[in-house]
Amino acid sequence: MYKLILCWRYLQTRYIALASVISVTLGVATLIVVNSVMSGFTHEMQHRIHGILSDLVFDGHGLEGFSDSRWHMDRIRKIAGDDIEAMTPTVHVPAMLNYRVGQRWVHRQVNFIGIDAKTYAQVSDCSNYLQHPENRMEPSFQLREGGYDLHDRELGDESPYRHGMEMAGWPHRRRLATEEKAWLAAQKKNRPKLTIPERVGRSDPFSGIDTPLRAAESEAGVEQRWGPLSKSQVFDKATQQETGVIIGYALAQVLGHEGDHYFLVLPGDDVKLTFPTAGTPPKAVSGSFTVVDFYQSKMSEYDSAFVFAPIKKLQEMRGMIDPTTGIANVNSIQIKLREGADLEAVRDKLRAAFPPEIYAISTWRDKQGPLLAAVQMETAILNILLFLIIAVAGFGILAIFFMIVVEKTKDIGILKSLGASGAGVMAIFLSYGLLLGSVGSGAGLILGLLFVRHIDSVRKGVEWLSGQPVFDPSIYYFQQIPTLVDPRMIVWVIAGAMAIAVIASVLPALRAARLHPVEALRYE
Amino acid sequence: MSSSTSQATDDSTGQSALQTTENRHSEGGSHILNTWNADENSFQESFFQIAARGVHKKYHKGANEIPVLQGVDIEIREGEFLAIVGQSGCGKSTLLHLMGTLDRPDAGEIYLADNRIDNLPASARDRLRNETFGLIFQFYHLLPELNALGNVLLPLMIRHGFFGYLRNRRDFRKRAKALLDKVRLSHRLRHKPRELSGGEMQRTAIARALINQPRVLLADEPTGNLDRVAGQEIIEILRNLNASENLTIVMVTHDEKIAQQADRTVRLVEGRIE
Repeated sequence: MYKLILCWRYLQTRYIALASVISVTLGVATLIVVNSVMSGFTHEMQHRIHGILSDLVFDGHGLEGFSDSRWHMDRIRKIAGDDIEAMTPTVHVPAMLNYRVGQRWVHRQVNFIGIDAKTYAQVSDCSNYLQHPENRMEPSFQLREGGYDLHDRELGDESPYRHGMEMAGWPHRRRLATEEKAWLAAQKKNRPKLTIPERVGRSDPFSGIDTPLRAAESEAGVEQRWGPLSKSQVFDKATQQETGVIIGYALAQVLGHEGDHYFLVLPGDDVKLTFPTAGTPPKAVSGSFTVVDFYQSKMSEYDSAFVFAPIKKLQEMRGMIDPTTGIANVNSIQIKLREGADLEAVRDKLRAAFPPEIYAISTWRDKQGPLLAAVQMETAILNILLFLIIAVAGFGILAIFFMIVVEKTKDIGILKSLGASGAGVMAIFLSYGLLLGSVGSGAGLILGLLFVRHIDSVRKGVEWLSGQPVFDPSIYYFQQIPTLVDPRMIVWVIAGAMAIAVIASVLPALRAARLHPVEALRYE
Repeated sequence: MSSSTSQATDDSTGQSALQTTENRHSEGGSHILNTWNADENSFQESFFQIAARGVHKKYHKGANEIPVLQGVDIEIREGEFLAIVGQSGCGKSTLLHLMGTLDRPDAGEIYLADNRIDNLPASARDRLRNETFGLIFQFYHLLPELNALGNVLLPLMIRHGFFGYLRNRRDFRKRAKALLDKVRLSHRLRHKPRELSGGEMQRTAIARALINQPRVLLADEPTGNLDRVAGQEIIEILRNLNASENLTIVMVTHDEKIAQQADRTVRLVEGRIE
């Protein structure tokens, strides 16, 4: 009893001990904040990567791909059996996205992916990242009448306003068509001698280079389909759309002065994509597409590179369909496994069945291996460094406790003269250490959790104070600092901090226990 | 005068006491303690309650050895109020510490009733200090963090452990308050030592020494730091305790006038009883 009372009194009266409490508090709070941010970052990143990549990716090397995806999928299903939940073939090609802003053309290097909208949604969460509510329910490459999100869906109305999105979809397209018609009419009136190709050519340099496209297509029907006339002459923009594409949000969006979002391209605009054909040597083909939605995973690496189009169209344009059999090539097959299936085991089974020189089979983790490993290593090193901070606090406790033992020498003598055992005296200082550790880590826990909860306010405060952006979403994948509080991590941090506090108090406590009562009583 | 008569009595009885204890020498210390604990009547039968036989003690200061006690023999009867006087540095406090098991002699033996206590293991000695001896000091030695009541309760807390203390805390507090009332401090229960006068602190220390109902009260210069009036008050309290409760008291002092108020006075000169 006296041990508890005395260590409680010591805690109340020895203000110097507050120094060690504060150091434990800061150490624990820092560890909690850093771990929460790191695991939030890892979790969010994995979540987003996994949202794009399916569990397993079955790749053919090269741009040409492998033929007959159906045969491959059957074989995969035979090998992996019940573990497969869904599969979908895809075509990946590097491409150039071209669109016009005012009188200038903007070119962006992109990753052009041909997907089957229905089955692709079954293997990945990518439909969640679309900006039209109906597309999120059921992804489609058809332009919508309107109703695209005006704010970030996750962040709500306080997030930056998306200028122009209120018109996006068919209204925007109709307005463009009207403007274009008016412009053409004005041109005709002013310069009636110009031929139609010249007029259109001024507005669309891509209209003249459709030849490789024709060459890449099967010879049948090219003449009928494209004819001698330029496409724009027979195409009513106000009522018709080109093949739909979903482009990454960051490919279209720019920041305004106020932080609001403006767009260089909106759903309803036409864009051109230039990409290589499947033959050898690959030739560049260009095609006209209509943007039907944006894709925003908030992983800037993906948002600034991905363009999705219907797989059929891409196979057709790249010449991936065998003209005799009608069987199309694909680049890869995305596989979703049922919940709880062992990713690695299925991957290894498939690797054993398909020759590695033709197929590369990897899990989504393998695909992002270096990134995930880097983050993991960073977390480990940070943890070691931060635990050293608490160890420093431990040495602080050691020094302060020695001081307190010296200061309390006479009291120790008194306790011993009253019959307190060496173990009893030792227990006072050990429980004192434990108490300091508990108070310190308790305060650290509260501080850390508060910090994590209000981390964005803290970030804003620091940005306001320093005048420098602390967290740039364009660098760090995310709009907000992601956090994830793992209870196991908290238990470990607190147990570690308390252990260090107790270990640091062992030496002073031993010294106190060994003090000779007479000498202690005489101590001045 | 009184000292020489008592010395003669001690000599005659001492022989037989020595005889009985020597017979038990071979037995382990803890066993002796058990025997003594189990058989309360042994105190009634013995002629002395506490005794030192041929006690030597040296202190080391660097390389130098300072002999303090050089063969002290002393016996104190039950219910006796003994004063040990001597000049400062003569070793009287050391003798008291040895009797109170705060320290061990270099040679010689200390007996409580018939049982040797100087060679007991530390835990048994801790128990003796807690339950059998009450100690008071010149500088009171109260814990500054606790109030008067807390200081008085301290030996009970040490004795009973956490749950034992919690179970009986009402009784204990009642007992502590009664003792503080007895030393006329019932109005100072909640005061910290720094808010008390010297006399009040010493009275608190006496209450603390008495809380576990000890058999022997060992007082090291209890008036040494007090003015005459406060000192006299302390002596009155001790005398009353001795008279009313037959408490054995050993008091060390350098003040002859204070010593005269004890039943018997022995003089310590150059490490020996004169």
